[in-house]
Amino acid sequence: MTPTDLVALKDIIQRHGAQSTELLQILRQVQARFCCVTREAMRVIGDALAIPLAQVQAVTEFYSFLTTEPVGRFDIRLSDSITDHMLGSRELAEYFCQRLAIRPGQTRADGAVSFNFTSCTGMCDQGPAALVNGLALTRLDQARIDQIAALVDAGTPLEQWPDDLFRVDDHIYRRSLLLEGAIEAGSAIRQVFDRGREAIFQELDQSGLRGRGGAGFKTAAKWRFCFEGQEGAVPGDPTVNRFVVCNADEGEPGTFKDRVLLNRYAHEVFEGMTVCAALVGAQQGFMYLRGEYLYLYEPLQRVLEERRQEGLLGQGILGRAGFNFDIRIHLGAGAYICGEESALIESLEGKRGNPRNRPPYPVTHGYLGQPTVVNNVETFAAAARIGLYGGAWFVAEGTGKSTGTKILSISGDCTWPGIYEYPFGTKISQILQDCGAEETLGVQIGGPSGTFIAAEEFDRKLAFEDLATGGSFIAFNRSRDILEVTRNFTQFFAHESCGFCTPCRVGTSLLRNMLDKICEGHGTPHDLVELTHMAKLVRTTSHCGLGQTAANPILSTLERYPELYQERLKDISFEPGFDLDGALEISRRLTGRDDAHAHLEQVG
Amino acid sequence: MKSNTMTIDGVEVPFTPGQTIIEAATAADIYIPHLCHNPEFKPHGSCKLCTVQVNGRNCSACTMPAAEGQQVLNNTKELNETRRSITQMLFVEGNHFCPSCEKTGNCQLQAVGYYVGMLDTHFPHFFPNRNVDASHPDVMLDLDRCILCELCVRASRDVDGKTVFGIAGRGMQSHLVVNADSGKLVDTDMSASDKAAQVCPVGAILLKRTAYEHPIGQRTYDRENIAEVSLEHDHALSGGEHG
Repeated sequence: MTPTDLVALKDIIQRHGAQSTELLQILRQVQARFCCVTREAMRVIGDALAIPLAQVQAVTEFYSFLTTEPVGRFDIRLSDSITDHMLGSRELAEYFCQRLAIRPGQTRADGAVSFNFTSCTGMCDQGPAALVNGLALTRLDQARIDQIAALVDAGTPLEQWPDDLFRVDDHIYRRSLLLEGAIEAGSAIRQVFDRGREAIFQELDQSGLRGRGGAGFKTAAKWRFCFEGQEGAVPGDPTVNRFVVCNADEGEPGTFKDRVLLNRYAHEVFEGMTVCAALVGAQQGFMYLRGEYLYLYEPLQRVLEERRQEGLLGQGILGRAGFNFDIRIHLGAGAYICGEESALIESLEGKRGNPRNRPPYPVTHGYLGQPTVVNNVETFAAAARIGLYGGAWFVAEGTGKSTGTKILSISGDCTWPGIYEYPFGTKISQILQDCGAEETLGVQIGGPSGTFIAAEEFDRKLAFEDLATGGSFIAFNRSRDILEVTRNFTQFFAHESCGFCTPCRVGTSLLRNMLDKICEGHGTPHDLVELTHMAKLVRTTSHCGLGQTAANPILSTLERYPELYQERLKDISFEPGFDLDGALEISRRLTGRDDAHAHLEQVG
Repeated sequence: MKSNTMTIDGVEVPFTPGQTIIEAATAADIYIPHLCHNPEFKPHGSCKLCTVQVNGRNCSACTMPAAEGQQVLNNTKELNETRRSITQMLFVEGNHFCPSCEKTGNCQLQAVGYYVGMLDTHFPHFFPNRNVDASHPDVMLDLDRCILCELCVRASRDVDGKTVFGIAGRGMQSHLVVNADSGKLVDTDMSASDKAAQVCPVGAILLKRTAYEHPIGQRTYDRENIAEVSLEHDHALSGGEHG
């Protein structure tokens, strides 16, 4: 490391106050500055933060966007979501690589550019999408790729690339309770001051608001529990440090509604967080923003700054002495698992994103072991409006068990992919009609971890008691190969498993390999039995939601389309776990023998 | 039912508040298979071998607090089959060649394999490329055999106060790393007397020159099965605290 580099590195560390909780944030900047995190950099960071080198390495190697080998000065990662595939991303990848003269996973010899694939970047309504140095590129086609390749070859700094390459549209097509109009900044916080904590708690309770991330825990109960503490504790004990965390790690493939909320309704999200802080008695908030939304980082910082200027954040909010609260944005670095709330907290603490053992739950033992509310972006946006308009306003929409509305990110085979806000209880058929989906074979509700429903189920409803979803809604028409979809999802989970527990770590890879074998035409009826067995084991014994849902794509399609799997099987009793003909090819060529006797009998 | 009792496979088992299910089971002389759990360390819950069913839901016995009225299923056909599969998954994930391994007969993974009735590895092997680190004068590191239980990580950090080990990578690329610039064990402050050198349940961390002190056939699990050994070990540690 040159002396200049060392100065730059130390400067990055100092800007983060040499805090170990800032490790991930420091590593992100080191990666951006040096194109990788070298061993030497790890040692310097470890020394400065007083943590072992092994821990710095452990964290570095956990996150996809951090590398120990240099990536290109332009690091391009093509989104590998099924929705990108459906828009032709895999064919474009070949073209992209050809234009850049590299192969996927490679860094070009001149160090200018590297190319790789990455999990869904949340641009499913305007794909195929990619990231360059973490910034979103949208609507890729050959012309745009030509343009990008030319900019790369000319070494044009990113700031000088045409804005249009990075243009992200909101695509809001249906508005209801949360997306109609806007609320005045500070108006919901004022309600808390005017009406008192208990009144607002009651409004929230009456609203029946449940977490919008997918799990659906009652928001009022969570917040109240955070405020009151465990049995025997003094409610709102001022000596306890509480935290409010907004989960903006929108990683479920096919979900992009938080992207739009953060782009256009950021004030309301922060307002909801501040209302939460006022209710539970928190002084510090965090927004955990997924690394793929780096382009939103500066705009969100500006919104926070505006709110500080207006007295809506900081010391003595709205002139109320003693109510101090501020929000910091913490960026992720390419790890789906960090959407799991306890893994998110670990990551906030600067660690690997391994989900914790529960109990205890974050609401009593969260960030730094303190009571912590973790909620989804949409939940906070809803809470702000409920604080202002009241619980009755919210329950006017929805069903008894699922009150209010749900914002959907609709993509796949439809005419108008984008954002749709529906009252809970809406039928899937209605939604398909609205977004212009035709000849629909099935819909993936709630992303890969959710459920695949077939055409005969389109009368089912959007609701916690029927089809729960964090917001992902992907339509597939009759031209699509369901097994290829399942395969994409299964590969996704194998890639994103954190590796903590055996069933998920090993099981998701076994599932991927078993499904590959069947899809490539080497499966036998026995392999289908094995696939089902492993899918159930991964579902029932994994440590957290990732593993528990990783087999959903396989199990839900096996249940609905067993014939599709059957059709791929070989009608023989035994099939080796590898491609026999492929393995024998070399010896056949070397011996010059390719007659019938050089082939094993492979029938019944 | 008396207070502070639960049932395990229908048998009433007392517990003291704060105990985990596995601790209460051990005190009652009931063995629940496990690998990453060791009562000397904070519960971890990663290997999932101790998966039991509590009121109909699967959970890890080593991390789940015992609670009044829990109906725990442990020794059932279904759970034992699950444990066999998990053990087989650990086998195919690494490179475990028992007949040529110095740890054979003293290895918990092998002993659990016998206990759960494992006759083959069942799943296709991954055959990963992993390294041997023989750099240290007294301690040998053979990562082929590592099952990522993190016992050495915990022992070094929590008992030895050294943090010699860590887990890096993600998913199937997760791997044990040591705390040295060179990445070699010799350049860490590891010593043979460290707790971390004693806790490996498999043959990933071995003390050099001790491999054949006991001939094969006269080793721990050659004489007793892992249920007996484990209960003795864990009882000794809990010091009769639970009567």
